[in-house]
Amino acid sequence: MANEQAAETYTVEELVSVNPYNPDILNDLEIFVNEQVSSQTYNLDANLSLLRLYQFEPDRLSVQIVARILIKALMAMPAPDFSLCLFLIPEHVQMEEQFKTLIVLSHYLETGRFRQFWDEASKNRNLLEVVPGFEQAIQTYAIHVLSLTYQKVPRPVLAEAINIEGLALDKFIEYHAANSGWMIEKGARSQLIVLPRNEFNHPELKKNTADTVPFEHITRIFPLLS
Amino acid sequence: MASAYDREDGTAPPSHGGGAADAYDPNYVPDSVKTFVVHLYRHIRDKNVYEIHQMYEGGFQRLSERLFRDTPWPSAEAVAPYCDGDHVFLLLYRELWYRHAYARLSPLTASHRSESWNNYCDLFSVVLHGVVNMQLPNQWLWDMVDEFVYQFQSFCQYRAKLKNKTDDELQQLKQFDKAWNVYGVLNYLQALVEKSMIAQILEREKEGLEQFTATDGYDYEGGSNVLKVLGYYSMIGLLRIHCLLGDYHTALKCLAPINLNQQGVYTIVIGSHISTIYHFGFANLMMRRYVDATREFNKILLYILKYKQYHQKSPQYDQILKKNEQMYALLAICLSLCPQNKLIDENVSTQLKEKYNDKMTKMQRFDDEAYSAYDELFSYACPKFITPSPPVLDQPLTNYNQDAYRLQLKLFLYEVKQQQLLSGIRSYLKLYSAITISKLAQYMEMDEATLRSILLTYKHKMHAVDSNGKIVSSADFDFYINEDIIHVVESKPTKRHGDYFLRQILKFEETIAELEKVQLD
Repeated sequence: MANEQAAETYTVEELVSVNPYNPDILNDLEIFVNEQVSSQTYNLDANLSLLRLYQFEPDRLSVQIVARILIKALMAMPAPDFSLCLFLIPEHVQMEEQFKTLIVLSHYLETGRFRQFWDEASKNRNLLEVVPGFEQAIQTYAIHVLSLTYQKVPRPVLAEAINIEGLALDKFIEYHAANSGWMIEKGARSQLIVLPRNEFNHPELKKNTADTVPFEHITRIFPLLS
Repeated sequence: MASAYDREDGTAPPSHGGGAADAYDPNYVPDSVKTFVVHLYRHIRDKNVYEIHQMYEGGFQRLSERLFRDTPWPSAEAVAPYCDGDHVFLLLYRELWYRHAYARLSPLTASHRSESWNNYCDLFSVVLHGVVNMQLPNQWLWDMVDEFVYQFQSFCQYRAKLKNKTDDELQQLKQFDKAWNVYGVLNYLQALVEKSMIAQILEREKEGLEQFTATDGYDYEGGSNVLKVLGYYSMIGLLRIHCLLGDYHTALKCLAPINLNQQGVYTIVIGSHISTIYHFGFANLMMRRYVDATREFNKILLYILKYKQYHQKSPQYDQILKKNEQMYALLAICLSLCPQNKLIDENVSTQLKEKYNDKMTKMQRFDDEAYSAYDELFSYACPKFITPSPPVLDQPLTNYNQDAYRLQLKLFLYEVKQQQLLSGIRSYLKLYSAITISKLAQYMEMDEATLRSILLTYKHKMHAVDSNGKIVSSADFDFYINEDIIHVVESKPTKRHGDYFLRQILKFEETIAELEKVQLD
């Protein structure tokens, strides 16, 4: 009883940082996964702690919770969270049908094949629907990769990557033109969307660090200078 | 690959004939051991770190070599009279006793392993409760943490090989099911980290409020270094265990209080230095932060190249050489996935070419041979992954000691597969400053949509997310697409004049100093 009260005064984040190697927090961590799903938040450290406890006590593994963790990890792309989770999930568990699906989805995202991704995702709505914000998160990732790659992206390429077409796409572009600095140009074959400049799609913006010498290196010759 | 992976860490223990083992009398204490114990005990009481270190590194090895090549040392009970029966000293003695047994006597029974576990529990409890007033050499404290993790790993491997266990061995596994429990192991290390307040000490040191690194962790004001330094090394122990479990994110988090860009207590003992960088590099490799892995591997390989001659007589020499080879293999993997030749020192590069030129050429292709080269190098160089859960003994007995390794290998090769087409893109794009998507697709014999996907893949894979969530490029060359045209931006080889001059100044000084030493008659 005393213990229960003590536990309540800690947030789950605190439990994870104070006492990460403790089987008694397993249930709290499972509840926390569901909370992340419903409140559209994310905590990789807590989720990895839970997968670690499942690793120590395979009998207590909940397939449903693991699926939610993995979907959340997909939404965290471009971070490698999905692989980080898979490293901790026993191979025979990964053989379950829903995990195979998620692994395929991750593969399409990792290799920039967005058309295949959206096709596959639409076939598995019931699995993904559980987690609100999924589509938006993937669209954000798609735009991230496009911004690394393109200065000007043809409209059909954008449409395919974020799976939005027609009027909805017009609205989407309009919104980003107002909020994220997108611009529209006429291209040879289609509309072109000019993405904001960054050091990845405008390599000349990269700071030239070539001829600066870090201070630590200079300190090596101090004895000689004196 | 499995066979290469199956080897034990370190050199194989010599098989010992029954004769010597039968003759072992745990109560017989040779005179030389009496003297050894008396002196070691006195030096520990006097806090004479120098002498303790001599006896630990030299004396213990020499006696082991001469008297205990294939038998254990005398029991702790038998040597108790020579150290006033000092409780803590006997815990330390037993720790050495088991370490020696692990290295030389094989196979160890579950009961031995369990006794060694109990001894660590007693030893760490004494340290954690703050009644230890000793000053021990860093080398010894590092070896303690290192051995603790090793014995845990060894136990996990042992109990996972169920197939050929005798009934007696299975009975023992049941009887000693508390030994080397994964929670216990992690919590001891975690407790040492926390109780020692090492993270706070390192933080205070940055502000100049406390000294730790400057005194190599020793306490020159009459206190003890044991808890602090054990806490420090436990962070590296946790790094290693989390790597063994496949939890690379948490592994790196445990190491975060140590700044790898500076000299630190981890660099004083070469074993700790190597273990830190090996696991740091491996975790970064698995997290696709190839630049970080490459940079640190390069630094340590250069260090080993320069200084290994000074460690030839050390008992760790074989381990140093083995980790050295493994890190070259990991470096070959990193550079094949993400070319970063400008980060590599010339000397390291020469060594690497000597060892892995053929393999690296193979890994640039995208066929089965490339695949098997990655497989081979990974299997040779990866840590000995463990399955931490205890065996289920009421089901048909199988071996599951390779499960963890197979999973990590499979996922790694999956990553390789995703990057397979990138080396092709690289070699094409290096030929052009601008090319249309349709033309390049034609050359590469694929449709435009596929090519666009590959170009996105290149960008995604060559941009890592660092520990602060920032996107950092690890691309060896840059490109961008403007509608349908790919523009390639040649990254000019950056000439580091400043660095070059600095190095030449130092070299020149060295030469002058050498010349001044020369005496002309």
